Amino acid sequence: MTVFQSGAKIDVSGVSVSFPLYHGGSRSLKKTMFAAASGRLGQDSHQRVVVEALRDLNFTLGSGDRLGLVGNNGAGKTTLLRMLAGIYEPVLGRVRVQGSVSALLDPNLGMNLELSGRENIMLRGMISGLPRSALPRLEEDVQAFAELGDFLDLPVRIYSSGMVIRLGFALATAIRPQVLLMDEWFLAGDSSFMEKARSRLEDMVRGAEILVLSSHAAPVVATWCTRVIWMDQGRIRDDGPPEEVLERYLGYPVQIPPPAPAILPAA
Amino acid sequence: MSVALDMRVEPVLELVSNIAAADRKRMALRDIEDGLRLWRLGCTLGWLDIKLRYRGSLLGPLWLTLSTAVMVGGLGILYSTLFKTSLRDYLPFLALSMVLWNTLSGTVADACVCFTSAEGLIRSARLPFTLYAIRMVVRNVLVLGHNIVVIIAVYALLNVWPGWYSVAAIPALALWLVNALAAGMFLGAFCARFRDIPPIVASVVQIAFFMSPVLWKPDAIHGTYRVLMDFNPFFTLLEVVRGPMLGYMPPLEVWVSAIFFSGLLCALAWMMFMRVRGRLAFWV
Repeated sequence: MTVFQSGAKIDVSGVSVSFPLYHGGSRSLKKTMFAAASGRLGQDSHQRVVVEALRDLNFTLGSGDRLGLVGNNGAGKTTLLRMLAGIYEPVLGRVRVQGSVSALLDPNLGMNLELSGRENIMLRGMISGLPRSALPRLEEDVQAFAELGDFLDLPVRIYSSGMVIRLGFALATAIRPQVLLMDEWFLAGDSSFMEKARSRLEDMVRGAEILVLSSHAAPVVATWCTRVIWMDQGRIRDDGPPEEVLERYLGYPVQIPPPAPAILPAA
Repeated sequence: MSVALDMRVEPVLELVSNIAAADRKRMALRDIEDGLRLWRLGCTLGWLDIKLRYRGSLLGPLWLTLSTAVMVGGLGILYSTLFKTSLRDYLPFLALSMVLWNTLSGTVADACVCFTSAEGLIRSARLPFTLYAIRMVVRNVLVLGHNIVVIIAVYALLNVWPGWYSVAAIPALALWLVNALAAGMFLGAFCARFRDIPPIVASVVQIAFFMSPVLWKPDAIHGTYRVLMDFNPFFTLLEVVRGPMLGYMPPLEVWVSAIFFSGLLCALAWMMFMRVRGRLAFWV
């Protein structure tokens, strides 16, 4: 029964995700009931607009893999990250993710703006499943990086936007997962802060066994990824080594930055 | 250099499409199990909700106590005059009825939004949906906790104490907890899909308030109507807590009815939750 688990693993097979788009009448029980009473329910359920966000995806990732996701807006990159994080469940197919997962999807990531910085840190630690004994250490770590001083006890609502980003970033990078799912917002930010954030982020990326990075910036993907999937309208359009896929995606060869790479393009 | 906080567990997340009934059942069970295991987080979230609601106000959550006290005092004098009963007899009944009814109606209203109000968290991390139902229950237990002060004050003021029968209120309150959780799962999911449910629920509860013996005593009704009242889940659920707290044991049929309707609600909640759990993240 006991299975030896060696490292992180992601297995996606035959996965489709579709969003029902409820608008106007389909949100209403009254209208749905009247439609049923007048025998139009069947028709109504077909009229529902469904967005097929992901269609029949298949891929596996093992320990050490660094996957880059490229594609236009609306190609399904963020939906795929959300699905790997377990937030959306597949409508068809199956997903298996082995290892602790952390998804850096948006800067405010479950932060409650009405709560103080300290309370947000505690909540985030609990949500990530850290033992209670680790919470003071988390607080210390975040505090040291975010440099909020006395603001830590004030509601996040009154922070300047830079402070919110620092707190969000410090929180998101304080907990080291085995599988790191990262959206491109993480690579955007004001340059002086990013200078400081770089080593922390690089540390985290190196520490993760699997990285899935969704980005528009080809140099970043080329530097950090060992494999690239090109998404187009919810499907995998291309899958392979970064140089080849990126060249086909962009239409011209990418300059692979020199070694000793910087994850962030110089500001 | 930052201290690396490694996540301690190495969980396996397995998601399958929710088409086979067996998969749906297994995943829903697991959700409930995980949610109950995270009770501590549920308590923290619920506590922060209450703290936030009253942050910056002078009396904080004591506003709840104060407004309940004013209402009970005012209604007590009014209705004991209208019904021509002594205040000493009527006030403990009214205090209990109002506090319990406010808890019940507040919980039902809160149950409707227990998933939709947690939209941000639902979309940013995978957490069991049961956790949000627990959070909603904790919120309402805390509100009840503040209102209980009024009941105790009334007991002390009139120097009437319910005696040993009040111990029977403990299992009855446990039944309320189960019901509140089930209501969260059922109404929360239903209201996430159909946004016009909360007003409908609110008017049903409003009608139930006038049709049930909340302001008037159940023994004001006799014969057939009294028998029919045992089919009113609002009354029987109220009575199993209120009776013992007033110093008498509710009759067996009231207990049977309360337990029967609780079972029904749990069954409904389970069927609903099992069916739609996988879709909730898309609905909120």
